[in-house]
Amino acid sequence: MTARHPRTPAPLLVIGQRFLTQLLIGQRPRRTGSLWPSFHSRWPRWKWVSFLFILPRRRRSPRPQSGMKVRPVLSDPEKQRGRSAAVAIAALVIAAGIPLWWKTTETYRAWLPAARISELEALQLELRVEVEVVFARGTLSPEQQKKVPASRMREQTYESCCKSKSLCLVEADHALHTLTETSCGSVVIYIIPEASALLPQDMRVYVGRSRTALLRSQVASVVGAGLPEVLAALDPQMEQVLQTMSFNHQDVTAALTDRLRPGLSTRDSLADSMRAFKSSPGYEITFSLLNPDPKHHQLHWDVEAALDAYIYPLLHKMAPVANFSVDSQILYYAVLGVNPRYDASASAYTLSADSLAHVINPVEARLGSNAASSNPVLNFLLYVPDSLHSPLIIRNDQKQEVASNAFHSPRWGGIMVYNVDGAYGNDTQFPVDIAIDMSRVMGVFLSQLRLMLGFQQTGAPPGFVLEAAGREGVAEWELDRLLWSRSVENVATASASITSLAQLLDQIANIVINDNIAQQVASAVTALQAAVAELEAGNLALALEHSREAISASERAFFDPSLLHLLYFPDDQKFAIYIPLFLPMCVPILLSLLKIFREVQQHRAEKRAKRD
Amino acid sequence: TARPCMLISSSVALDFVLIGRTSAFLLLHQARAERFFRSDHTNNWAVLVCTSRFWFNYRHVANTLSVYRSVKRLGIPDSHIVLMLADDMACNHRNPKPATVFSHKNMELNVYGDDVEVDYRGYEVTVENFLRVLTGRLPPSTPRSKRLLSDDHSNILIYLTGHGGNGFLKFQDSEEISNVELADAFEQMWQKRRYNELLFIIDTCQGASMYERFYSPNLMALASSQVGEDSLSHQPDLAIGVHLMDRYTFYLLEFLEDIHPASQANMNDLFKVCPKSQCVSTPGHRTDLFQRDPGSVLITDFFGSVRKVEITMETINLTVPGIPLERFGGEPHTETALAYVDQLPVAQIIHQKPKQKDWHPPDGFILGLWTLILLVFFRTYGIKHLKHIF
Repeated sequence: MTARHPRTPAPLLVIGQRFLTQLLIGQRPRRTGSLWPSFHSRWPRWKWVSFLFILPRRRRSPRPQSGMKVRPVLSDPEKQRGRSAAVAIAALVIAAGIPLWWKTTETYRAWLPAARISELEALQLELRVEVEVVFARGTLSPEQQKKVPASRMREQTYESCCKSKSLCLVEADHALHTLTETSCGSVVIYIIPEASALLPQDMRVYVGRSRTALLRSQVASVVGAGLPEVLAALDPQMEQVLQTMSFNHQDVTAALTDRLRPGLSTRDSLADSMRAFKSSPGYEITFSLLNPDPKHHQLHWDVEAALDAYIYPLLHKMAPVANFSVDSQILYYAVLGVNPRYDASASAYTLSADSLAHVINPVEARLGSNAASSNPVLNFLLYVPDSLHSPLIIRNDQKQEVASNAFHSPRWGGIMVYNVDGAYGNDTQFPVDIAIDMSRVMGVFLSQLRLMLGFQQTGAPPGFVLEAAGREGVAEWELDRLLWSRSVENVATASASITSLAQLLDQIANIVINDNIAQQVASAVTALQAAVAELEAGNLALALEHSREAISASERAFFDPSLLHLLYFPDDQKFAIYIPLFLPMCVPILLSLLKIFREVQQHRAEKRAKRD
Repeated sequence: TARPCMLISSSVALDFVLIGRTSAFLLLHQARAERFFRSDHTNNWAVLVCTSRFWFNYRHVANTLSVYRSVKRLGIPDSHIVLMLADDMACNHRNPKPATVFSHKNMELNVYGDDVEVDYRGYEVTVENFLRVLTGRLPPSTPRSKRLLSDDHSNILIYLTGHGGNGFLKFQDSEEISNVELADAFEQMWQKRRYNELLFIIDTCQGASMYERFYSPNLMALASSQVGEDSLSHQPDLAIGVHLMDRYTFYLLEFLEDIHPASQANMNDLFKVCPKSQCVSTPGHRTDLFQRDPGSVLITDFFGSVRKVEITMETINLTVPGIPLERFGGEPHTETALAYVDQLPVAQIIHQKPKQKDWHPPDGFILGLWTLILLVFFRTYGIKHLKHIF
């Protein structure tokens, strides 16, 4: 056996190469069979040459010994070119790349009036009521009358013949109302002499249906007392009148509950604020008639006419406060969720006050609502008990019958039970046609509606008589009262929304602030400032309009669907995204810069050594 | 019906000493006023979310539906419930009992029921939609049933279930919500006063990590397991083939089945649900952000909807006196009785008596079949047998 050269390729490769060379030459015996033509037609001899490039070939130059690194030797100009290329790339990356990356990953944030918003945080509200005090003849002595400046003097005579005492007061009030023009929010107080017979003896103040009040002067006209003293003496009584007719401390704190700490408002005002709906741009009112027994009772209610006559006047008056949409429906086979108990002493079925709380839920599942709007819904239900459970009366805690036979739930609506067993006897042919007395029903619903909308059940101070609103639904001073508390509430809510929105946008740097949001915020801030200015000036109607504008703009800005905070990235996620992108690019650049820096330093050190 | 006498006496005993019967009435009135103010809420909302899809996550849908069922039974109407189910198990192709979702093995309790209203279904259950529902930032075209229209006197119950980890909850196997985002969403709800009090219940693995970051007031949170622990499932059903419920929600459902709308059970009882011996994981809760004492918070404050009710004392006199209640229409009208058109011929569908069909001579198919049989017979056995027939 000859000694083989150590770098001879392995035997298999030899065989393979020999096979190939024989194939190329063409001396290998050919096998007959079906495979022959296709294989050799696919792989003609000249194609086999291409394999020579794939197979390993022997090196030309001798393999260097292991352990010795061969570095390509570069000449100086090449090194210089390399260095300037690295510096140029680094400069490009730093000068153009980083600003480009910064700009393209920036979120668009439109400009917000941050200074004005921070002013809103320390908002001081000043409410001004215009009061006109009119002294009737006989209340002021002639000297005091002379002291009154000429511009304030007005001679007016009013004559009427009074048929009866009670009507007299109403007529007087009505006539006085026509005398003076009162704007929204203002109050006119007429001081009448002590001896006047217009007011009964025990009554000190009479508040009419419009914005006027009659105050019995209790200051004896002392000779020598000046006008200021008279006015000062009347101050506490006038303040009481104003607190009843416009607003008092509890009303304002109740309206500001959003921004105040809890515990500052009293129990009564808390109950009132819980009962009435919060300020909203619109409300939906639904009147439903529940007839669980159509086989016996065929009910007819003329709800459209009743709404026109009794409810719409109130809603028209409330138009500056909110939009209302009213609808009505009749539900058949709708039952109350509780079983009433039969009380033999009253020979009627009774619902106790505690079971009333469980009545509402089963019924509510059957009531529909307008799917298109998200306004709060007030439901007023009229339930006519079925013939087996008639009559049905509601008992309060003291087991006494309730006159109205109705109850209401805060922020939901009211339910009235209407008994019809008196309309037919035992031997009538069923079903019986029954017409519902809408005036009685609407009387109850109207009072419940007033409670839900925010007209409080204020107890009148002693000696006061507050004229009932009657068919109009609401007196003008009651409406003014509501407007005051609504304006304050709107201003408070709008400023709270704007300040919390600004705080939120500050905290989360990733949220995109579109132009429309910035515009809404700006218009909300402008409207807020206008509302505050109008409240200071005493123009209640304008103040309410501006405050409504402010609150709608602020709500639209706060609840804009584009302000979604889905942009929380924990730090490790940020690294996980950026490192695969930037590390392979930045590491060579940095290392080459470092290398250049070190070479320059070395060069400088050499130069210094040479010099030395 | 409720048991009113017990209700009054228990609240009176809580606040006042019952001296005598005559003074009891005054005390009762005050007790009612106290009850009005014991909790500040006037309405209840519930947001129930199941975040996992696929058939083997049947138990998460069953969890959510069992809480839905309890909440509806205790009084919250569908209009106040936002139910989000990420997958449809009741009508899944692999469900051997379609239109049902069971929570007990041997198919004892069908929590799907007849009356389910799912607001967000399937692929609509995403982190984005969930956060939009909570914060209220929905597009204006969203219908009312898909919105959380709560106000500053609403108590909200939020229930989440699915697969979770330390600090996150997985939605739909493709995205996750982190505890920081959830805490920020609650803070935004508080800024707009969209809740009075909020109860947050989560039944996932390492659920306690989800409420670690809360910082808004009036939040109470319960979780089925601590950080580092897994929440386990309860029973598989061999017929359906998957696990039906998770342990925590199973025992929670058992607890809630004993609650009725007038129940006085409080939150301390809820904290005791599913101890470690039953649940294997350790349930946790967090009450430091809650202002009231948990012992005074009723279960029905969150799970039910007990309305505050006031008697209407004042009415406005709109009637003109002297006009009696009149009867509408004097004589009864003779109207033709209205009936539905016979759209469903029930008599034909339900065969109570077999209809007498007319006799028809055998048609082509039967004739051909018999001819074939005869031909084969005679071919096999020979034509000579034909003479035995004819």
